[in-house]
Amino acid sequence: MSDNPVFERIQQEIDTTPVVLFMKGTPVFPQCGFSAAVVQLLNHLGVSFKGIDVLSDPGLRQGIKEFASWPTIPQLYVKGEFVGGCDIIREMSETGELIELLQTKGVPVDAAA
Amino acid sequence: MAMDPQSIEKMIKEALPDASVRIDDLRGDGDHYAAYVTSAAFKGLSRIQQHQLVYRALQGRMGNELHALALQTAIAE
Repeated sequence: MSDNPVFERIQQEIDTTPVVLFMKGTPVFPQCGFSAAVVQLLNHLGVSFKGIDVLSDPGLRQGIKEFASWPTIPQLYVKGEFVGGCDIIREMSETGELIELLQTKGVPVDAAA
Repeated sequence: MAMDPQSIEKMIKEALPDASVRIDDLRGDGDHYAAYVTSAAFKGLSRIQQHQLVYRALQGRMGNELHALALQTAIAE
């Protein structure tokens, strides 16, 4: 890890909120199809999460990519752990792994979804 | 600046020589691709680590010149 001050802020966000989505736009108004897709999947599972708009903060937009060594946004974090971007979340949702992971981590989900 | 599918495939194969790579141009616009990559190098790695290997092969182009690459990885038997 570097001494990038943005990393500290990211760490704090993912430590204090169980489910955090770094995204383009907001959960209500996503500004990118990939971000919108992940928001939709989380909503479908009834997961409460915090959406953080990277478009409103260029330092965060670049910093989050370095933080996870992951070149794209959205990025989903559950209980402080990076879970994946849009492709991985979609794949995990299809296989049922996403619900499993959320339940294992103690995040309430709508199991009927 | 878009990338053509041949260069994407070439970069992935340079980093993962055993890989079988299929690239689909999703919208026919040279800017939205899907890549299916199968390699023995993915063995024992999490999905995140598998994708990171492919992103590393693309040397920073992912998220820059390469706007959209839907990625699916599989372990070669």
